[in-house]
Amino acid sequence: MTPPAKTARVTEILHALGAVVLALGIGAVLMAASGYNVVTAYGYLLTGAFGNFYNISQTLLKMIPLIFTGLSVAIAFRSGLFNIGAEGQLYWGAFATAVVAIRFPHTGPAVLVPLSLIAGAAAGGAWGMIPGYLKAKTGAHEVVTTIMLNTIGILATGFLLRVCFKEAGPVDQTPLIPESARLGELIPYTRLTWALFVGIGAVLLTDLMFKRTALGYELQAVGDNLSAAQYAGIDADRMLVVSMTLSGLTAGLAGSTLVLGVLHRFITNFSPGYGFVGIAVAVLGRNTPWGVLSAAFLFGALDAGGISMQLFARIPMDLMTMVQGLVILFVAAPFLIRRIYRHGKR
Amino acid sequence: MKILELKHITKRFGGLTANDGIDLDIEKGEVHCLLGENGAGKTTLMKILFGMVAADTGQIVHDGRPVSLHNPHAALRRGIGMIHQHFMLVDRLSVADNLVAGCEPRRGFLLDSKKSESQVLSAAETYGLRVNPKEKVENLSVGEQQRLEILKALYRGADILILDEPTSVLTPQEVRDLFSIIRNLTAAGKTILFITHKLKETMAIADRITVLRGGKKIATVRKDDTDPGRLAKMMIGREVFLRPAKPEKPPGAVVFEAKQVCASHPLRHLRLKNITLSIRAGEILGIAGVEGNGQLELEEAIMGLRPIDSGGIVLNGRPIQRLRTAERRAAGMVHIPSDRVRRGMIGSQSVENNLILGVHRKKPYAKRGVLQRPEIESYCRRVIEAFGIRCRGGRDTAGTLSGGNQQKLILGRELSQEPVFILAAHPTRGVDIGAVESIHRLLLEKRNENKAILLISAELDELLSLSDRIAVLYEGEVVAEGDGFTEEALGLLMTGQTPREATPRDAAR
Repeated sequence: MTPPAKTARVTEILHALGAVVLALGIGAVLMAASGYNVVTAYGYLLTGAFGNFYNISQTLLKMIPLIFTGLSVAIAFRSGLFNIGAEGQLYWGAFATAVVAIRFPHTGPAVLVPLSLIAGAAAGGAWGMIPGYLKAKTGAHEVVTTIMLNTIGILATGFLLRVCFKEAGPVDQTPLIPESARLGELIPYTRLTWALFVGIGAVLLTDLMFKRTALGYELQAVGDNLSAAQYAGIDADRMLVVSMTLSGLTAGLAGSTLVLGVLHRFITNFSPGYGFVGIAVAVLGRNTPWGVLSAAFLFGALDAGGISMQLFARIPMDLMTMVQGLVILFVAAPFLIRRIYRHGKR
Repeated sequence: MKILELKHITKRFGGLTANDGIDLDIEKGEVHCLLGENGAGKTTLMKILFGMVAADTGQIVHDGRPVSLHNPHAALRRGIGMIHQHFMLVDRLSVADNLVAGCEPRRGFLLDSKKSESQVLSAAETYGLRVNPKEKVENLSVGEQQRLEILKALYRGADILILDEPTSVLTPQEVRDLFSIIRNLTAAGKTILFITHKLKETMAIADRITVLRGGKKIATVRKDDTDPGRLAKMMIGREVFLRPAKPEKPPGAVVFEAKQVCASHPLRHLRLKNITLSIRAGEILGIAGVEGNGQLELEEAIMGLRPIDSGGIVLNGRPIQRLRTAERRAAGMVHIPSDRVRRGMIGSQSVENNLILGVHRKKPYAKRGVLQRPEIESYCRRVIEAFGIRCRGGRDTAGTLSGGNQQKLILGRELSQEPVFILAAHPTRGVDIGAVESIHRLLLEKRNENKAILLISAELDELLSLSDRIAVLYEGEVVAEGDGFTEEALGLLMTGQTPREATPRDAAR
């Protein structure tokens, strides 16, 4: 890497960290104004996220779905597409994974786990492909179509669940998936599973794809300069479909790993908006795979720490959601951060 | 009498010194040419004079008094007007409305259009500039719009007119008209500052010439004491060969043919009508025409970037009009696009990634879809070296290179691919003389290596010195084709007129 590129990378990281510090600072002001003890609160935030082995595992656990949805948004964005539909793709991934796992209860884990993951990825990919295809064929804007497909996806999986796969009882959920389909615990009694490595593997593969393959090169070319990509003979319409499919596939895996590792079944409305937080993770991670991983870790820590803050300092979780929102605001408005940095230097 | 003096003007942008202690004095009633390559600091200096940019140090003396020009209004009050490269006119309004905008004659709350029209006519009369005050600006030719801009500046009381590259958008006839307007103006006591990088124009219109290079003033000379060769040497700091040597050479077999190609666009009026062309191996066919007469449409149709309605395109006897762009490239067609920033490269990516654009799936740069970085790096080093691309290396961001080096990057990439057919559209636009010279040499080299070349250009000099044959494009049609055209004849054909010495091809009609 040439020196200027390196400095640019360092400045970007500094800006992201600056945004986090600033957001936490404003969070502190809000807490103090509402009569909370800031030191105690942030103490719990810190220990809740990193205080002991178990808490660290909680941070990592919270981070896994965000790695996938963050990657999903980042992949589409590198091709110049805004995938707001990770949420709907995640639901299809979770649904397909649960159905496959339940349908083949007597299969060994060596076959059933990969099979269920593939089913989830395929379902998410197919759901992502639709807006890609619509954009390529008709020019329909992906922001509009993905938002609408979110609603359709969430409601359609709920409908199919009630019609075909519902377990008897008051809750709209499938029966539990067989033991052979569940992901093994990484550390006993923590719910942290091998899904973490599936996530890190996805980061690695995405990074390799963009850096080392002709396909990644073409996807990025379409995003950076569409008319130059066409000039070079790259089939831009095809790339739109491929990009959205890959994006949906990754979001689908977020649902799959949640079902196989944490929930062990499909439940309606199970996602607290992982697909949308994924947008924030991608923005904070500057749409690079390793950036997404770091941003997902940060958001996981804020989540895990926020829970302990709520439990022990009685500070509502909404405050952490707000801090997350502020982080995004400051990253998305780098101009503001730069101004603050420059004032600091004067 | 000195009407204007610039004393030791210095302007820095970050680490770049755009103007480095420049002294300049302008005599009343002269045509003073500011000559220099792109990036020499001409435009910055004139923007300082017009109050658009503030100098870091230095002084401007007007009529013997030091003045400070904070903004264009201050400059206008001192009688300094500027005609920009891109006109500042409102298309939907009439000539008269544009002229008086900002100081409109009124009757109560209403505009007095009668009065503004009569004011326009009297202003036009005074300077011998013909305009129709009622015409909408959108219906004017580029030359007429420029005339209106000049009239606007005069109407606002300008005595000193700065013209920024005024001929870059004009046909040869319009250039001649402009020059006669300039002579009328100087005869009426106006002073003209003429920014250009074209030697021929400088020699045709200037009284005195100031040459800038790299932000420094090299010299101010009287036109009568110099010649184009010496000016070129001052501009780029070494000897240049303005006319490349072109050896006579019998052309080979037909490589490229366009047969009755028609193309239309749903949103645009212009259509390609029955374009028929053929190019042999070792031949350069030039396409002349005023910009916007179908050059872009032809360029894109040939490369498969735009669909055609009917007709055929043939490469080495094989019809290719149905092939996709990638397949045309694979068949040996390369393309130097007219819009290098938008089409030809990805500015945000590295030089290396730009050098494989379009060949990124070809061996040895990629195997089974995996990019071979070591191969790419060594290829990249070879191209940078062979084509003299000035950059800090393959990882440098392509968008930060100068225009000339970006163009060399594109040329280097395209010409390294062993093409059989080269489509070069405006290959030297916006690049400096040094780069123009090497681009011309490269194209002739490829011609002598028996490549078939289609050269689209707006520079008649370039077309005449490089082409073996020239076809003229006018409103989407080839109106003439042949060799031995004079510049004069081409100029008339380009504007849709029929010169006596040229025979228009009736087959195209």
